[in-house]
Amino acid sequence: MGGMFYLILKDLKAYYFKPPNISWGVLFPLVMALAFTLRNPSGLAELFPGLVAMAALFGTTSMEAIVITFEKRVGALERLMLAPLSLWTILMGKVLGGSIFGVMMAGAMTLISLALLGGWVTSPLLFTLSILLTVLVHSALGALIAVSVREVFEAQTLSNYFRFPMIFLCGVFLPVGAMPLPLRLLAHALPLTYSVDALRQTSMGPLNPGLFLADVLALILFLSVFLASAMRMLNKSLE
Amino acid sequence: MGERVIEVSGLTKYYGELLAVDHISFGVRRGEIFGFLGPNGAGKTTTIRMLVGLTRPSEGTAIIDGYDIREEIVEIKRRVGVVPETSNLYDELTVWENLLYMARLYRVPRAERGERVRELLETFDLWKRRDTKFRRLSKGLKRRATVAAALVHRPSILFLDEPTTGLDVVSAGALRGLMRRLREMGVTVFLTTHYIEEADQLCDRVAVIVKGKIVAVDTPENMKSAVQGTPVLEVVFDSPLPSLETEKMDLGTIVVEGNRVKILTEDPSSTLEAVIKLARRHGLRIELVNTLRPSLEDAFVKLTGVSPELMRVEKERGR
Repeated sequence: MGGMFYLILKDLKAYYFKPPNISWGVLFPLVMALAFTLRNPSGLAELFPGLVAMAALFGTTSMEAIVITFEKRVGALERLMLAPLSLWTILMGKVLGGSIFGVMMAGAMTLISLALLGGWVTSPLLFTLSILLTVLVHSALGALIAVSVREVFEAQTLSNYFRFPMIFLCGVFLPVGAMPLPLRLLAHALPLTYSVDALRQTSMGPLNPGLFLADVLALILFLSVFLASAMRMLNKSLE
Repeated sequence: MGERVIEVSGLTKYYGELLAVDHISFGVRRGEIFGFLGPNGAGKTTTIRMLVGLTRPSEGTAIIDGYDIREEIVEIKRRVGVVPETSNLYDELTVWENLLYMARLYRVPRAERGERVRELLETFDLWKRRDTKFRRLSKGLKRRATVAAALVHRPSILFLDEPTTGLDVVSAGALRGLMRRLREMGVTVFLTTHYIEEADQLCDRVAVIVKGKIVAVDTPENMKSAVQGTPVLEVVFDSPLPSLETEKMDLGTIVVEGNRVKILTEDPSSTLEAVIKLARRHGLRIELVNTLRPSLEDAFVKLTGVSPELMRVEKERGR
């Protein structure tokens, strides 16, 4: 655990807490919230859960995939693998580092949305749990993408293959229920759908305990699959 | 110097169909500097990577300080330091932060971390650069910082992969001095290098690996003695020998160093005649002819059939 803690601290200091990232982390949600305020001043509160989910998605996947791929390129990840840490510790350190940055971005988006869009949070604890699960799942997805490719640009490209469809299919702007059946089925194969739904239920309501539990279980399932696949890829790199 | 701290048995690595390391076995004694020599692509780095847990062996194993690389690699990592071929500390962190980070990862007790990092930075003459970001250091200083980082947890065994490649003469000399000091401190040093002279000066024993197989393990002196019977003819020309011609010359085993050619030959008389003909054909003047006692380089050439000069050039090109 100690090694993981220092790994996270180093990543935050060396990569995440750099002025460009912090300013991007604050500016991105702010600009998104402002854009929607100007475009359609009525019914903005409806967008709140989707925007928080999107901020968490971009906050986790964008930097983390770059960090891991960059460290692979320059040999720094190998330096880490020389230390007396298990592969699992290294992977979780990277995922949690990305998650902390994701929580910051989702938190910033939440505060901005509450102030500008007139959103509200009915179940703060469950809303926080939903944010935490969302950042963990998408941070694990970022790690999986990063360990599957060689170059930084490949990580970015592959991330976008997942991110942009998710923005349009997962209920961020358009309710999943309003989409044609094939798209609805596709949406349910993507983790952000469950994030948006969990965040919506715990913020704007109404909260349906059964459906919320289903969202939580689906997110835990995605998290397990992404982590197991990333571990498999990391293990394969030793072969 | 008797106890074996590394015991390699039948270690093998396949990359798909390619056999990179072929059932090698050897031992390294505690407190010695052990050189691992071989041409480029012979399997030196793959062997080190297996020993330090960066690559899993396909077959065989190694026991390091009593722990099996297949089963207890995290325990081994606590006991060994590794200096990879590329200086790979974190560019964004200062020298001090990098070493402190390593101390934390290797669980150096909190109370000792600062003092230990300070001690290493002073030993490696990096104290004045402690607040410099790693990316701003020269190649030589980066190398020194990387070695210092590998020692922060006081390993009993230090692996160095081509430690002096690409360094200037002064930095390389300083690093060799450091390796000797480490040996005096009781650290076992396992070193891969393609600089035969370096191995000759530094190593207590060397292993030569060719095409994934160990062809010899002995002290440099014993290796030289093994080729003692083969005379070495040294010829110095007034200008460099055309490289293609040296490859075509059927004179025996040749080492070319600029104007100087060293030939391991069983028949110095005929060889000298052939060299004179070659010099005439190319309008070269012979400035010096000499017979030499075989060096480790000669022994290496005899064992591997590879010119160390060609090996150096290939290595430098590859960087």
